Amino acid sequence: MASLSEGAGLAPREGRAAGRLPLAALGAGAAWIALAAATQLLPEAGDFPYTGAFATTSLAAGLALLALAPLAHRLGHAGAWLRHRTPWLAVLALAFLAWELVTAKLEWLPMPFFPPPQAILEVFAEDWRKLGGSTLNSLKLLAGGYLIGAAAGVALGVAIGWSRTVGYWAHPVLRFVGPLPATAWLPLAFFVFPSSWSASTFLVALATGFPVTVLTWSGVAGVNKAYFDVARTLGASQRFLVLRVAVPAALPHVFVGLFMGLGGSFAVLVVAEMLGVKSGLGWYLQWAQGWAAYANLYAALIVMALMCSGLITLLFRLRDRLLSWQKGLVQW
Amino acid sequence: MVAAALERTFDRLLPQWRAAARRDGPGPTREAPPRPAVGGARLGVRAVSHAFDIRGTPLPVLDRVDLDVEPGGFVALLGPSGCGKSTLLRLLAGLEPPDSGRITLDGQPVEGPDPSRLLVFQDPTLYPWRTVRGNVTLGLEARGVAGDRRERAGAALRLVGLEGFEDAYPHQLSGGMAQRAALARALVNEPRLLLLDEPLGKLDALTRLAMQAELLRLWREKRFTAVLVTHDVEEALVLAERVIVLPDRPASVRADIAVGRPYPRHRDDPELVRLRREILAILGQPT
Ligand SMILES: Nc1ncnc2c1ncn2[C@@H]1O[C@H](COP(=O)(O)OP(=O)(O)OP(=O)(O)O)[C@@H](O)[C@H]1O
Ligand SMILES: [Mg+2]
Repeated sequence: MASLSEGAGLAPREGRAAGRLPLAALGAGAAWIALAAATQLLPEAGDFPYTGAFATTSLAAGLALLALAPLAHRLGHAGAWLRHRTPWLAVLALAFLAWELVTAKLEWLPMPFFPPPQAILEVFAEDWRKLGGSTLNSLKLLAGGYLIGAAAGVALGVAIGWSRTVGYWAHPVLRFVGPLPATAWLPLAFFVFPSSWSASTFLVALATGFPVTVLTWSGVAGVNKAYFDVARTLGASQRFLVLRVAVPAALPHVFVGLFMGLGGSFAVLVVAEMLGVKSGLGWYLQWAQGWAAYANLYAALIVMALMCSGLITLLFRLRDRLLSWQKGLVQW
Repeated sequence: MVAAALERTFDRLLPQWRAAARRDGPGPTREAPPRPAVGGARLGVRAVSHAFDIRGTPLPVLDRVDLDVEPGGFVALLGPSGCGKSTLLRLLAGLEPPDSGRITLDGQPVEGPDPSRLLVFQDPTLYPWRTVRGNVTLGLEARGVAGDRRERAGAALRLVGLEGFEDAYPHQLSGGMAQRAALARALVNEPRLLLLDEPLGKLDALTRLAMQAELLRLWREKRFTAVLVTHDVEEALVLAERVIVLPDRPASVRADIAVGRPYPRHRDDPELVRLRREILAILGQPT
């Protein structure tokens, strides 16, 4: 149904992409090979053990692109993705090339602060254990806090939206305390909570909970009253009205809250890890800066970007599943 | 003339339309399995008055409305826009208590909403997050009716000619289809009193005629008590046994007109034409 119109819209675009496929793919392949050549052949100022590895990787990417170019139309989904992203792959190679040139080769950017790509590749290859462990710790902390905050936020939001009494008591508190950035609680939290881990979980939950509460509440308050009339005439209990009418009707708002909460929770997570918890990506960043290990800093930033983006994608996937009945959803 | 032309088209279309509506089941078993006849309820409305508060000033909407409908009767409430028809239906459904007066069903006072008295709203108000089937099974779920929900929803959707759209979402339906889905959502609960708030208001002329015939068929088959709100005089005369005229706000019963013609009725029946003129005169319209 929805996919029908989507497919109709995509078809002509794909057709055009298929027409200019070989040229674009060849160009992208060539760009990667050029990157490999420049990395390998030009003299560099400094000692980078992974220059060769980076050149080899680039060469492999270039050759793969050249080899796949004529096959792409037979590769189904992966092929379609490749065709669609070919211009991006080409620009990526050129960006790497520029980066390589201004750092390792020409030294236009001051060296320790702006490492070349091979230095970051080196971090991934040599330090993946610590980096991976930090990511895992970050994810654990984030997941715990986020889930607690989201659950509490939805529950509180529904309660405020539904019950006059809860609204009467909770609204002023929410208005007074809610807008305070969760990070402001940090010194107090680390002092009050038994461990820095529980303090950070609390902070992440707080950062998540506020937007989720407010948006769930406004979602529930804004539910078309006629929906309740319909359910009431059909013999619905209070429980049914809340769980089967108010919550699903408010779900689009809830997801906006969950999205905002996720963004807020990232910020709090990093700060909490930098200042309190001695693990996680935030701490890794801090540690790398302390040792002037700038390549590690960039590597951790890349991992963090991947993690945040991945989590947001996950949230949007969940939303698309649950809200498939809505028209015109924003694509992430 | 236009009406007559429509009618002829309709007479041609209806058999096909019915055939389409019943295509699924071959042979004698095509109808839904028989259920114990519940029968209609007796509705009593005694001196019901109601007012809304609009920024501190009371707006009287109903003024001592009296109405009795015998079990299985079909009554049409006719009146101009804003005279209080929907308000009266909401009170009958038990969604709001009247300011004064008494509403009874089989002698029992109406004290809140109940699935035995169902209101088909002026807007279809389907739940957009549920499929058509999910909307129709809503009452069964809300009351925790176990068992053949899917089947009953399917039967109700067949009744209104929506088979094949069970898994569609409301935004994929036309306005008329949504109205029919809303009707199925009520019918599946086998109400004893069915309150219809302009359920055919959004339909095109042809579908409207077809739906009127279907409504009549459903009513004669299920024998529920029906109260239909409309501002279409012809619709009231073709469908109802009695037409109640509420000519202005606050609404009160100005005329209670028995339409003693057998079903199916034809719009150009001279008796109906005469009644139509009479009603329009009561409503203050030149004829
Ligand atoms: N919830 C409400 N609060 C205040 N006033 C209301 C409310 N509901 C209805 N009214 C007023 O009551 C009057 C009657 O409304 P009602 O919806 O019953 O009219 P109606 O006869 O159904 O009209 P229509 O044919 O246009 O649907 C209107 O003047 C309206 O402004
Ligand atoms: Mg109305």
